[in-house]
Amino acid sequence: MIEPRLQFGLVAIILFWTQLQERKRSLKNLSWRAVSVIAVIVIAVIYILPTIKPSLWPHKKINLGLDLQGGMHLALEVDTEKAVESTIERISQEMRSFFKKEHIRHIELNRIDGSRISVQLQGQENIDGFEKLLDKEFKNLRILSRSTHDGILTMMLDLPDKESDQIKKLATEQALETIRNRIDQFGVSEPDIRQQGEKRILIQLPGIKDTKRAKDLIGRTALLEFKLVDETHDLNSALQGNVPPGSEVLYGIKEDPETRRVIKTPYLIKKRTLLTGAHLTDAKVQIDSQYNEPYVSINFDKKGGRGFARITGANVKKRLAIVLDKKVHSAPVIQEKITGGQARITGRFTTEEARDLAIALRAGALPAPVNILEERTVGPSLGTDSIRKGLISMCVGGILVILFMIVYYRASGLIADFALILNIILIAGGLAGFQATLTLPGIAGIILTIGMAVDANVLIFERIREEMSIGKTPRAAVDAGYDRASLTILDANVTTLVAALVLFQFGTGPVKGFAVTLSLGVLSSLFTALILSRLIFDYFLVKLKSKSLSI
Amino acid sequence: MQFIKPDININFVSKRKIAFFISLAMILVSIASLLIHKGPRYGIDFAGGTLIQVKFSVPASLNNIKSGLAAIDLGKSSVQQFGDQRDNEYLIRTDISITTSQGFSSKVQKALEASTGNEVNIRRVEMVGPQVGKDLREKALFAMFYALLFITIYISGRFELKWVLSGVMAGALMGAVYLLSVFNVSVPYLIAAALIVTLLLFWFLELKYAMGAIVALIHDVTITVGIFSIFDIEFTLPIIAALLTIIGYSLNDTIIIFDRIRENLRKYHKNPLEFTINRSVNETLSRTILTSITTLVVVVALFVLGGGIIHDFAFAMIIGVIIGTYSSVYVASPILLAWHGRGRKK
Repeated sequence: MIEPRLQFGLVAIILFWTQLQERKRSLKNLSWRAVSVIAVIVIAVIYILPTIKPSLWPHKKINLGLDLQGGMHLALEVDTEKAVESTIERISQEMRSFFKKEHIRHIELNRIDGSRISVQLQGQENIDGFEKLLDKEFKNLRILSRSTHDGILTMMLDLPDKESDQIKKLATEQALETIRNRIDQFGVSEPDIRQQGEKRILIQLPGIKDTKRAKDLIGRTALLEFKLVDETHDLNSALQGNVPPGSEVLYGIKEDPETRRVIKTPYLIKKRTLLTGAHLTDAKVQIDSQYNEPYVSINFDKKGGRGFARITGANVKKRLAIVLDKKVHSAPVIQEKITGGQARITGRFTTEEARDLAIALRAGALPAPVNILEERTVGPSLGTDSIRKGLISMCVGGILVILFMIVYYRASGLIADFALILNIILIAGGLAGFQATLTLPGIAGIILTIGMAVDANVLIFERIREEMSIGKTPRAAVDAGYDRASLTILDANVTTLVAALVLFQFGTGPVKGFAVTLSLGVLSSLFTALILSRLIFDYFLVKLKSKSLSI
Repeated sequence: MQFIKPDININFVSKRKIAFFISLAMILVSIASLLIHKGPRYGIDFAGGTLIQVKFSVPASLNNIKSGLAAIDLGKSSVQQFGDQRDNEYLIRTDISITTSQGFSSKVQKALEASTGNEVNIRRVEMVGPQVGKDLREKALFAMFYALLFITIYISGRFELKWVLSGVMAGALMGAVYLLSVFNVSVPYLIAAALIVTLLLFWFLELKYAMGAIVALIHDVTITVGIFSIFDIEFTLPIIAALLTIIGYSLNDTIIIFDRIRENLRKYHKNPLEFTINRSVNETLSRTILTSITTLVVVVALFVLGGGIIHDFAFAMIIGVIIGTYSSVYVASPILLAWHGRGRKK
């Protein structure tokens, strides 16, 4: 099955082509031409029908852009550098545990400058052990620099460019997938989510009202981590800047729903992540029967459940912190080994907050944080206003042009007016057929086409007048007029089409909509001027043998 | 009905010197205005920043709005009435691109409701980060340049059958522009340089028709941008769309006259070129004026009735249609004579 747009495009091209071939006209093929012109019109009308009355025909309606129906457009940038950093962080944690296992003593092992690992070791035994470890377990790390000074080896390591590029690429793809999941679960009709360039994601959410909630849901990283609270060191000295290596200070942030006071509680947390939200199978909102407060209950998969049992078993009577996006949600004391593979996240949520958190956790964490680069929100009332104003100016402009043409060219003007109205129908049919999006600048494009579409007819009529003024019969004048004007019209319209196509390539959202209607307008005005109005002239002059021409 | 008599013969070509000075003056004024204002006034699409359109239920005073904004550290924003006065709508612009994730619009709404004591409806919020703004600016320039280049290939091909020559030239130019843009050359200078090189190439390769068309287009775009700068109107994405449409429209006019010149060159090959050009302009005059009228009618309708968002777009189109019509008659066609003069001197 071919894509419907493509199908429609093919039909349109074939019809157009046969029409052009039929231009060598004569009395005989007049009726054949009439049939095919009527076919084009009927097809266009069929495509418009669903927009007017959806029940009539199962095809899709004309898509309205965000500026007309209201909604939100977001451009996000995935901070892919952070994905590389967290990979490096994970590697350095791994290295730390290898050091412990192999009894290698180190002076320093830290992630510095974002995505580098700096290692310092003393003593030949340690250095040899480290080198062996490096060759065996960390083959993919690149050695940036090494220096030995007074028996102290200092080494700088990072990931090769190819690898970090791969991580970045994956991060964007995964972020896209995750965001799509979240939006699907949030429930937006016909969202459009796509990648743009290396690390940008474009999101269009038509008709959305609670934009803040949508943004919070899309933008949160939702990285869930289980970490131990560092109870061997002093929290107060850590707060004064004396943070022990391998630990960090994280805060628990809570807002009292009644006083609206924000309470920040510091915790000293071990950096090592014991378990992440990657092993979740489900997250759902439940209501605590005791406090009547919603919380999110999570289920681990088999591996996660075993890991959770092992962690809780090994750390009974210690405090396990549940950290979400670097914020501590709770840090309960482990009473006993937990084997069910279930846990709960509490934290004075509203029901909506809990629901959104559950969605985010189910959809998974973003591999890296995202930043909002661009946001455009249009309220639905503004969109309705825009449509109304656009239609009014279209009617007023259109009627003025129609009257002008009748006054200036009389009966021939009427033919041009008929062509003009048909033009609008064809553009609308084209919009529906290609499933293109109609935007406010798009409406401006249609209005502009009304002005410019008569141009082709004006060109022909002026030519016919010229030919008649040198004494040709109406029929000869019409033939000569069309023959001479056709090439000019083609040339003139191709250039407009070029401008429109460049615009399409460059434009975003609304501007693209303008390019679409302008291109459709150019094509349909070629059709109406060269084929349709010609047919009408021929009908009067050839079939009805009319001897005079009102022009 | 006829506005223009078929036997009309206005001597356009002889007035080309006067037209030249008028055009030159307009271009110089445009450039001067651009220099004084330090470039076009970019809207948030290109400069980055935040724009909020608010609607009040009853009229609100600018001072109250501003004090409300000052309360949430947006005191430096510009506030401006938008659309019809009875709509009570205002546009608030700041150059800060706020990360709007913190419930920004509800904050604005609350602050304004507190300061004006009036029901506030946030109708539109647009936030563009500085990087996106810069990207869009560069993309817009490239779009204009490529549109011009493609169009000129088509003209050279259709009118002088120099498809290969113009194609190769355009290919080389595009390649050079692409290469330089990879090396982070400042895009505005790059495009300006590329345009000058294009003009020089057209001149030496004697691509007359293409030269005439492109000079007329640069003329139109410069003057439209200049008028925008004089009236201090913002440059937004729809304005770029308008400029490209003006390019298309003006070219439409130019090509129709060129087409007639080509046809008449065969018919009147014994007459001097001035005569043929003048004759062609006169023969197409009726059509030129008619189409300009119908197009103006609709863009004026759009300007008056289309509402605030489309207002500036329609304004650009009005200027463009007028300038484009003028340039097809007085700029594009006389340029064909430039080589003619040079040839005679030799």
